[in-house]
Amino acid sequence: MPSWPVLASQAFNGLALGTLLALVSSGLTIILGTLGVLNFAHGALFAVGAYTIFVALHYTSSFVLAILIGCVVMLAVGVLLERIIIRFFYDRPDEDQILVTYGIGIVLVECLRASFGGNAQRVPVPSWGQGATKLGFLIYPTYRLQLIAIVAGLLIGLYLVLYRTSMGLVVRAGIENPGMVGILGINVRRAFLLVFAIGVVAVGLAGMLYAPVIAVSPDMGANFMAQSFVVIVLGGLGSFPGAIVGGLIAGEIISLTSAFNSSYSEVMLYALMALLLVLRPQGLFGTEGRA
Amino acid sequence: MSLLEVDRINTLYGDSHVLFDLSIRVEQGEVVALLGRNGAGKTTTLRSIMGVLAPASGAIRLDGKPIGGLPPSVIAGLGVQLVPEERAIFGTLTVEENLRIAALTAPKAWPLERIYQVFPRLKERRKSAGRSLSGGEQQMLAIARALIRDARIILLDEPFEGLAPLIVRDLVTVARDLAAEGRTMIVVEQNVAAALSFANRVYGLNNGHVVFEGTPADLEANPDLARDFLGVAS
Ligand SMILES: Nc1ncnc2c1ncn2[C@@H]1O[C@H](COP(=O)(O)OP(=O)(O)O)[C@@H](O)[C@H]1O
Ligand SMILES: [Mg+2]
Repeated sequence: MPSWPVLASQAFNGLALGTLLALVSSGLTIILGTLGVLNFAHGALFAVGAYTIFVALHYTSSFVLAILIGCVVMLAVGVLLERIIIRFFYDRPDEDQILVTYGIGIVLVECLRASFGGNAQRVPVPSWGQGATKLGFLIYPTYRLQLIAIVAGLLIGLYLVLYRTSMGLVVRAGIENPGMVGILGINVRRAFLLVFAIGVVAVGLAGMLYAPVIAVSPDMGANFMAQSFVVIVLGGLGSFPGAIVGGLIAGEIISLTSAFNSSYSEVMLYALMALLLVLRPQGLFGTEGRA
Repeated sequence: MSLLEVDRINTLYGDSHVLFDLSIRVEQGEVVALLGRNGAGKTTTLRSIMGVLAPASGAIRLDGKPIGGLPPSVIAGLGVQLVPEERAIFGTLTVEENLRIAALTAPKAWPLERIYQVFPRLKERRKSAGRSLSGGEQQMLAIARALIRDARIILLDEPFEGLAPLIVRDLVTVARDLAAEGRTMIVVEQNVAAALSFANRVYGLNNGHVVFEGTPADLEANPDLARDFLGVAS
């Protein structure tokens, strides 16, 4: 049985991982819900985000400025991918969509490998996040605490966009019934571009913020993508609240299980998914809208 | 010039030919009823007008200008509004959000209060999720989404289907008031009496062909035709 400080520390790790999974998965789930496209390039885009900040920090010493530059780059990547490739696949069968996004993912990862090599790169923790913070009986790395707060803030921001703006209204309606949104006079395809771009920026930001705490390598996104597929199934396909709650649950399960035996952490996650699918096939927040 | 002209359209689902040289026209301020058996092609006609389906041949004109082949969002922008058979309420959005999204791109959207005067029940339910509404409330909301856009021509697909008689009576009253105010509508209904109580003209459809055109009185004078082709006893 692990000691209490270890468990508490793993619970914080779970929160850090959980909020990040929530951010990655919310991008994945709104793209799936609105556009009907399961984006297999999502993991590669996570890595692109991490490399963006790695490069940006060569030109500026300000972490915040590097993040802003990274967001602009990710926005451009999202817009270009949607305009040049993805939009031609909305009416194509699921297999074609999977193949094309999978292909985009491979190309992006290999571009990263060609430019930066296959070895892991290090992104330094920002100056304002150095050191550790004492929380009662627990000493925890400061940047990881800040990470939890920053990502929570981003998720609240995403929530406000989805639930308090006209654009969010269109996205939520589009997740349910894009055809009816069109019948009500709204150019759904234009909303699709925005959703795709927002999803890409969200996953890119996750990669940027997480870069200082893990090794930055071309394949770093693969694991995250597999976990976020589990998260959106747990939460209900296309559900933003589902991605948040599912992400937090998945993060805690992975981290707390590793406190006992790290080789079981992924197994536990998939076991929980299987159990939930039996009890509630539509996921925690799923509706019978389209999937 | 008619407000809406459907001129010998042929519409297909894949290889299956559903509408055959179908022509109807609707004048400004007129209510036209589209009657016919299940599978006659009524819904397909409305979906063709809305642009959900593109006719393979023929023309659809609004104010004399061709609109065939345009996407639904553009056709809606020109003032045509389908209220679909399945109502298609956004279940995760509240009643008010359903109305707001409908009003979003309408140049002369009604204020919410005006909708609530027509449907006071929707005001009581304005914070409720669409999926929690009763069938009657969903139909009110479906019609309200067309009204809030101040649509020039509303296409009602079986608005009374599956509703309790008292609710049908209320909705018929609303439809009559709209007709009296000069709102142009096409109404598809199995409930012929309800539809004819506010329609000026009738088209009968059978197997994707127009088999009757006339006034409600003409239809009453033709009970055989009504029974044999339209499957309706008026
Ligand atoms: N999505 C579809 N795919 C193929 N055939 C369809 C589809 N929808 C309707 N049909 C066929 O088209 C014909 C007309 O249908 P519809 O317009 O829905 O009739 P109505 O509304 O008058 O009951 C029917 O024979 C129906 O089976
Ligand atoms: Mg029908």
